[in-house]
This record gives sequence, C-alpha cells and structure tokens, in this order.
Amino acid sequence: MGTLNILIAVCLAYVALLFGVAFMAERAALKGRGNWLRSPWIYTLSLSIYCTAWTFYGAVGYAARSGLEFVTIYLGPSLVMVGWWWALRKMVRIGRTQRITSVADLISSRYGKSGLLAVCVTLLALIGITPYISLQLQSVTLSFSSFAVSDAEGAALIAAHDTALWVAIGLALFTILFGTRNLDANERHHGVVMAIAVEAVVKLFALIAVGVFVVWGLAGGIGPMLERIDASEIGAWQMDRGRWFGLTFLSAAAFLTLPRMFQVLVVENEDEGHLRTAAWAFPTYLFLMSLFVVPIAVVGLELMPAGANPDQFVLTVPLSQGQDGLAMLSFLGGFSSATSMVIVASIALSTMVSNHIVMPIFLRVTRGGASGPSDVRHVVILARRISIGIVLTLGYFYYKISGGGTALAAIGLVSFAGLAQLLPAMMGGIFWRGATRNGAFAGLVTGFVLWAYCLLLPQFGGGLPVAVVEQGPWGIGWLRPHALFGIQGMDPLLHAVMWSLLLNATVFVLVSIASFPSPLERLQGAQFVNIFEHSNNPQSWSGGVAQSEDLMIMAQRILGPAEVQSFFQAEAARQGLAGFLPEPTPDFLARLERELSGAVGGATAHAMVAQIMGAATVSVEDLLAVADETAQMMEYSSQLEAKSNELTRTARQLRAANDKLTKLSVQKDAFLSQISHELRTPMTSIRAFSEILRDADGLKAQDLTRYASIIHAEAIRLTRLLDDLLDLSVLENGQVNLNIREGTLADVISHAIAAAGADMHPLKVRRIGPASDIMLRTDLDRLAQVFINLIANAQKYCDAERPELVIEVNRRSGRIIVDFIDNGTGIAPDAQGMIFEKFYRVSDRQAGGAGLGLAICREIMDRLGGTLGYLPGQGGAAFRVSLPVAQWMAAR
Amino acid sequence: MARRVLIIEDEPNIIEAISFILTRDGWQVDTHSNGHDAVSVVQARAPDLVILDVMLPGRSGYDILTDLRALPATQDLPVLMLTARGQARDRELAEKAGASRFMTKPFSNADVIEALNALVAE
Amino acid sequence: MSDKPSPVFLERRSYRQRRLVDAARLLPLAGALLWLVPLLWPQDSGPDVAQQIPAVPTSSAIIYIFGIWIILVLSAMFLSAMLDHKSDLRYQGDQPENRDT
Repeated sequence: MGTLNILIAVCLAYVALLFGVAFMAERAALKGRGNWLRSPWIYTLSLSIYCTAWTFYGAVGYAARSGLEFVTIYLGPSLVMVGWWWALRKMVRIGRTQRITSVADLISSRYGKSGLLAVCVTLLALIGITPYISLQLQSVTLSFSSFAVSDAEGAALIAAHDTALWVAIGLALFTILFGTRNLDANERHHGVVMAIAVEAVVKLFALIAVGVFVVWGLAGGIGPMLERIDASEIGAWQMDRGRWFGLTFLSAAAFLTLPRMFQVLVVENEDEGHLRTAAWAFPTYLFLMSLFVVPIAVVGLELMPAGANPDQFVLTVPLSQGQDGLAMLSFLGGFSSATSMVIVASIALSTMVSNHIVMPIFLRVTRGGASGPSDVRHVVILARRISIGIVLTLGYFYYKISGGGTALAAIGLVSFAGLAQLLPAMMGGIFWRGATRNGAFAGLVTGFVLWAYCLLLPQFGGGLPVAVVEQGPWGIGWLRPHALFGIQGMDPLLHAVMWSLLLNATVFVLVSIASFPSPLERLQGAQFVNIFEHSNNPQSWSGGVAQSEDLMIMAQRILGPAEVQSFFQAEAARQGLAGFLPEPTPDFLARLERELSGAVGGATAHAMVAQIMGAATVSVEDLLAVADETAQMMEYSSQLEAKSNELTRTARQLRAANDKLTKLSVQKDAFLSQISHELRTPMTSIRAFSEILRDADGLKAQDLTRYASIIHAEAIRLTRLLDDLLDLSVLENGQVNLNIREGTLADVISHAIAAAGADMHPLKVRRIGPASDIMLRTDLDRLAQVFINLIANAQKYCDAERPELVIEVNRRSGRIIVDFIDNGTGIAPDAQGMIFEKFYRVSDRQAGGAGLGLAICREIMDRLGGTLGYLPGQGGAAFRVSLPVAQWMAAR
Repeated sequence: MARRVLIIEDEPNIIEAISFILTRDGWQVDTHSNGHDAVSVVQARAPDLVILDVMLPGRSGYDILTDLRALPATQDLPVLMLTARGQARDRELAEKAGASRFMTKPFSNADVIEALNALVAE
Repeated sequence: MSDKPSPVFLERRSYRQRRLVDAARLLPLAGALLWLVPLLWPQDSGPDVAQQIPAVPTSSAIIYIFGIWIILVLSAMFLSAMLDHKSDLRYQGDQPENRDT
C-alpha cells in the first residue's frame, strides 16, 4: 500500500504544480510581464507534445519487439523541422496573417472558406484522434497497475477505482479552465503552453534518468552496453524495408497534419522567428528522447521475466532494481506525456468542433449572427467547453468499450494514417494555386474511405465481417481490404497508407484540374500560395455600402462590447476619424473579419460580415468573375480596385470635411441671428409689460403683481442665457477655476438625478455598476452639471412610450466610464457629428434651451481631463462620460 | 363694430402683452400659437388684420405669409410681421413674402398701436 | 516564385544569403537520403544463411543513425544562425510586413 499511496500523493502534488504553473503564466501574460513566456525555448518545448505516452512507454516496447524501427517515428518530424524553410515557414506565416485557428480552418479558408470541407476535416480528426486519447488514458492506467503489482492492497484499490475516469475528469477540468479562458483563439493559451513546456522537461528528464541508470548503473558504461545490444535478440539489423521508408514518411506527414501539432506549431506560435530555433532544437529533443530507448529495451529483455510487457520496461526495470524514486520519476514522465497530449488535442478538437459544427448550426438556427438575439460570445465559449467534455467522454468510452487491451496499442499508427489523409489538400493548398475545393473534397473523401476500409475497420474486430476480409466483398477478390487490386503480401499498414494516400492525391489532382474554382477560392489560393509576396489582406471587401454601426452591433455580440469599442475606436483613429465608427474600408473589414475569425472561424466570420455587407459581397464576386481570365489579371484588378477604393474613400472624407465646414459656417452665421433671437424674445416681454405698468392707470392689484412677476421671470431667463454664454466662453478660453473636492461617484449621480427632477418626471432612471465605492477627486459641481444635462436631455428627447434611462458605471483600463443610455429612437447618424456644436438643436424648436448644453458639457469634460462622446449602436441615445485614472481612487 | 385682429405668436408672455394693449385700444383680439395650420386658421376666422411672428413652431412666418398672399381671400389682408432677429436680411425676406409692415422685437407698445391703425386706415 | 523582374547580379551579401537558403532547402533532402541508406544494408533473412554476408550489428546501426541526426542538428543550427535577421530582408522580397502586429 505504501508505494501506491506515495505515488498518488506525488501525482496529485504534480498536478497541483501544473495548475500553479498554468495560473502564474496566465497572470504574467495578463499583466504584460510574460516576455519569457514568448521565448523560442518554450515554443520548442511545447512541440514535444508530439511525444505522447505512446512514445514514452511504447517506444521501448516497440524496440524490444522490432529493433530500430521505432526510430522512424522520430526521423520524420526531425526532417520536417530541419526542412522548416519548405513547409512550416509558410504554414506559420499563413496561420498568422489569416488568423487560422485549426487544421480544419486552414483547409476551409484556403478553399474559399468552405464550410463543408471544414466539417469534413473536423469529423476525420474526431474519428482519428479519439482512439488516440483513449490510448493515453490506458497508458496512465497501466502504469498505475505496474506499481500495484508489487502491492496487493494497491491492486485491489486500482481495481475498485476507475483510474481512467478520474484522469479524464481531471484533464477535462484543466483544459476547460486554461483552454477556454479567452475567446479569441489567437490570444493564445499561455497557461497551457507553459504547463506543457514544464511537462516536456519532466518527461525528457525522466527518460534520460532511466537511460543513464540503465547504461551506467546496470550495463557498466557505453562499451559494455553496445556489446550487450549486439548480443541481444535485437542485436542484428532486421528491417522491413518498406516500413522503414513508409513510417518515416507517415510520421513526417502526421507531424504536419495532426490537429494538436498544428495547434502548437501554428496557432500558439508567438513569433515566426521561433521556428529558426525550433528547427534544430526540436530534432535535438527527439534525438535525446530516442537515444536511450534501445538500451532500456535490451536491458529490460535481459532482466525481466519472459512474459513481461515490454511497454512497461521504463517503469518495471527501475522497480525491479528497487529504484522506487527513479520509477516514480519515470511514472511522472509518462503521466506528463499522456496529459499534455490529451490537453492540447482536446483544445484543438474542441476549437474545430465548436467553430465548424456547433457555431454554424447555431447561426443557422438563429438566422445569422447579426440578428441573433443572444450573446454569441457566451455561446462560443460554452460550445468550446462542451466540446472538450464531449471529446474526453468519447475517449473514455472508447477506452472502456475497446477493453483497453492490445488492440489500442496499434492505434497510434492507424491514427497517423488517418490524419495523413489531410496532407494532399493541405500541401496542395499552400503550394499549388490550381487546387480547388472540389478536388480537396473528393481527395479527402477517397482517402478517408480507403483508410477506414483497409485499416480502421479490419483493425478493430467486428468492424468488417471475416468473410469480407478474407474473400473480399461479395467474393470479389481484388477488393479485399488487405490486398486491393490484387497486391498481396504487403504489410497491412503500408498497404493502406499507400493506396489511400496515392488515390487521395490522384483524385485531388485530377478533380482540381477538371473543376473550376469560384472567384473567392482563386483569391484565397493566390493569397496562400504567394503568402510571402503580397498582401496581408485575405479578401477585399468593397466598402461604402456597409454600415459600420451594424458591423459594430454584430461584433459586440461576438467579441464583447469593450473589445469591440476599443477596436472600432482604434480603427477610426487609424483612418483619422474621431469617435467609434470607422469608414468601412476594405482594410478595416478585412481586419474585422480576422478578429472575428479568431473567435468563430474563418468561414463563419466571412458569412457574418457578408450578411451585413449585403450586396457588396456579390459585387466583389461579380467583379472578380468578370476579371476571370487569368489569375494575374484578377490580382491586378483587385489592386486597382483597392486603389480606386482608396481614392473614393479620400474623396468621401474630403466631402465629409467640406460638408462639416459648410454646416459650421452656416451655423456661425446663424449664431448671431440665434443669439439675437434668444435675447430679444425675453426682452420683448419685459419692455411691453414695463410700458404697460408705466402707462396704464387703474390696473387691478392682481394684474400688477402678475405683470411684475412676468417681467421678473423673463429677466431671470435672460440672465440664465447670458450665464450659459459666459460659461461657454470661459470654458473655451480655458480661464475656468476648478473647485476640486472629493466625493463618491454615487453621490454625484444621485445629486444630478435629484437636481434634474428625475423623480417627478415620467422618465425612469436605472443605475448599474459599482458607483458607490468609487471616490472622485475632481470638480464635483461641474461633473454634476454634465450629468444633469445628460439626464435632462433624456427627459426632453426620449420618445419611448415608457422612457427609461440607464446609467451604467464601469471601470475599464484605468478609466471610469459612465454611460447614459435611453430607450428612445436615438440620434440619427448624420446628426451624431453635430450635437456637440454650439446652438445645434436636434429639431428646430423643441423643449426650449439655446442648444448650448452639450457644447458646455463637452468643454467641461475637457477641462476635467475626461471625454464626452456619443456611443452609437446601443439602441437609444447613448452618451459616454469617461474620466481618467488620476481622478478616481478606490474607497479606502 | 370693433376691428378684429389675429395674433399668431408662440411666446405666451408676448401674446398676453399685445392682447392687453390692443384690447385697451378697442380691438377684438384673437390668438393662435402654431405655424402648422396658421393659414387655415386665418381663412376660417377672417380677421381684419394679422400680427405674424417669424419663428413659429412647425412653419416659418415667411412661408405662411407667402401662402396667404397666394390666396384670393387674403391677398390684400394687412399683415404686421414681428421678428426677434433684427438683421437687414430678415427685413428683405419679410418684404419679399409680402408683409404690409415689419417690426423688430422688442417694440414700443405705442408703435404697435400706431402701426395697426395706419394699416387699417390704408 | 516572383513575377517581378529582379536584378541579374546581386550584391555579394545577397548572393551569399541566397546560397544559404538553397542549403537550408537541401538539408532535409540530404538527411532523408542518408537515412534511407540503411535500406541497402544486408540483412540475414531467408533460408540460405551460408551465402549471406553477416547483418550489420545494431550497435553500428545506432551509431550511424544517431550520428546523422547530430550532423543534421548541427547543420540546421549553423544555417539558422547564419540566416538569422538578414535572410528575410533580401530573399525574393518575401519579408514580413509587420503592419498588422
């Protein structure tokens, strides 16, 4: 019982450590202190998820059975990494510029953002990877039992508890916690990557420690070790030549196409430069991982009894020598290999499942993102979490149903062969512009069917009837799954890989040549293949028709209001515009689409923007279809189009500026006439009644009082107007004295509500947010003046049947933000730019006032170091007051 | 029979003041405070004289006057325009629209009465 | 790869960079070829043991395969150090445009 208890304790402590590491890394990244998180070394270590429990335990077993053949599994990836200049560099660049989130996204984006292909790849990955996850659960369970053998009570304990279940639950928790924290898949999972890097070090260290113990502790040095190797059962070079070549190729292909590898290689990549380091550092890692495999296998074969499972030599050899500590380390190594693979694989799979299956269905059910009633953001995160749960549940049940026996051990290569079917579509996609969606689809389906028929189904008993395997379907001999077209006697794995990939590639090429791609496909094709030559602009939208405000409303639902508002503001600033609404330029739309595709995948993002752009999409496609003659011509025309759009946009901006100037100059003219009117009207009453009082005798006493009070009231009105004018001019000239005091924001708001008489008015005021614990240090009276004005505006102009004003307080990136949002019709877009100008009134004569209120408010906020702006896209009229950090502090 | 005057003006205090001085001078005073339906109100009440403000809710006094001059019944109706915007351009607009007299606010009460009497005498 | 007309002769440095890139492209091919050499090694198989050359011992195979591995790693390390910082700026105009980051 002793060892097992310690084992479980160590295991839990190790898991706690991983949680801690992931948590610290997330914190550091959040605070921007995570530069060390972005080193090429962390990147290299994260690639080590290639080495799963299958390689950690299985490699030694493999070597014990078939000698050096195991090394092919490492040779392939080493060649791919060393040859990074060919494929990986391009994949990483494409992944980064196009904001690719998964293998499925890569293939779907390349072939015209095709949803069908994405679903196809996702399903293939799900079928191929689920058994692989089971394999990891099995290996952890097996390693527990290896410890329990020496320990009768422990064995009972293991039997009573379902280890695999607990491991699966723990991994699901970890993955959900650190894998779905932020939505944008491009924001990367620092915590997960860091934990994986730690696990990479642990497993390498563990394997080397066991190796060193075996070579120097048991065999007595390098020389004697080599002699022992030659003397062992695997002492002579014995190689199935086809498998040596085939497995090297297969592992190289799988290295590029496995979803989890794509996740760490491309999606989590922080910097293309990291590839330079990983190009030699990762082969070194693989070298070290495989260096001691043969010695451990040889010594294991000598030391262990005949029937011992060679897959567990890494554990059982140290155990048999009484090296419990070393065995414990080795156990942690295997545990690390299994867990890191499962975590990344389930993140990668869940991203694909949620982006390409769940979200499209959700969007269709709710009739498109822009009109969906609920917050898509939550749906995406929920979909990811559920997908992770589903992936792990599938893995667990597969493990239970398959019985966890030897059948699982073969699954590693079967899974590789399945995922390798993506290779033609992927490589064709990034190197050959002629590749088309139909070709990719036909090739994938062909490869997948052959793989299932020749390898997957026969491998797992019951998948195909024995008669079919031996005589072929309906007795047709040349269709036998292990001897297609009469080619007999090949290794079944090689046979399946050869036929499936050969026919896959052939069909892919032939159909691609025969079919004609859509304009969008051709554009994406040019973008992918010539990624280094041009453009960071995946697909050009033609602007002008799009309503920035609609785009904003949609984007808010997906990415959350805060991110979107700052994104739109930054984009507007980039175009030299103030406020939140940038021009819908192709550049801006492309960037928006990329932001969205980080959250919902390329095809979905494209569909959503397309929905809002309406006819504009069609016009681009039409335009491109016209310029269909050659791809060069098409690119040329899209460049021209970009230029002409640029000109149109500049012209539009000039026109807008000119319009504004004209409007302002008309207003300047109107200013005198306005001010004259505003002053003369009360003066008329005053003069008329004072003449009446002067001239008329015998007025009744009550008339006397009444006329005098009219004069009085009109005099006050005059004074107020003059005050406003003076106020504005003082504020504008910057001669204002601020009366700085301290108080809570809540008090200021309450004071403003009371002063505006909001309790008597039908307007209902609702307050949201933590106003009460925000202390202000500013001119509270001036701030209240702004609030009163905004509340009064809502009272005057909110035209809803049941007018309601929401005052919402937020703290965001060092500012406090107070939003005043009513439920009326809001302010028309063409008026939004003018409301802060002097003497501007929404309608000619409504609700009195000289049209100075908002102008004064804006000047006040300027003096207080804050801002006041109109916030479009909120339903009703919405004003945002924002105060800088220096003016607030948390209540002490 | 007392002469009837219609005051079209939206400031209640100004209406009250003008009403007071005109009633005292022996006029029968009628008031209206909105631009939308001013033309039909003038037609319906058929006053001897109209006092018309320029800045009215709904419709400007110039437009109302232009319409009145286009109708046979009110073609020659004496109209005194009042405006609070005392620029030369406003006077031109008033004359173009067909105002019989034009006065700038604030006015002296005596001037208003004198102007009205002169208009009726014409 | 590029349609744009490029100068016929390059400066010495660009020329060197281009050849380094060629080397980087060739490296995996060389590695693959060298690792395929074991396919030519004799194996003892079949009944006719007498006529056969003895099979290569596993220890020699390990030394050969892992030796090539080390050579590949060192070459890749050398190349990526040499290509660092400079190559992207000059080679076929495919430098990254960091406008988006």
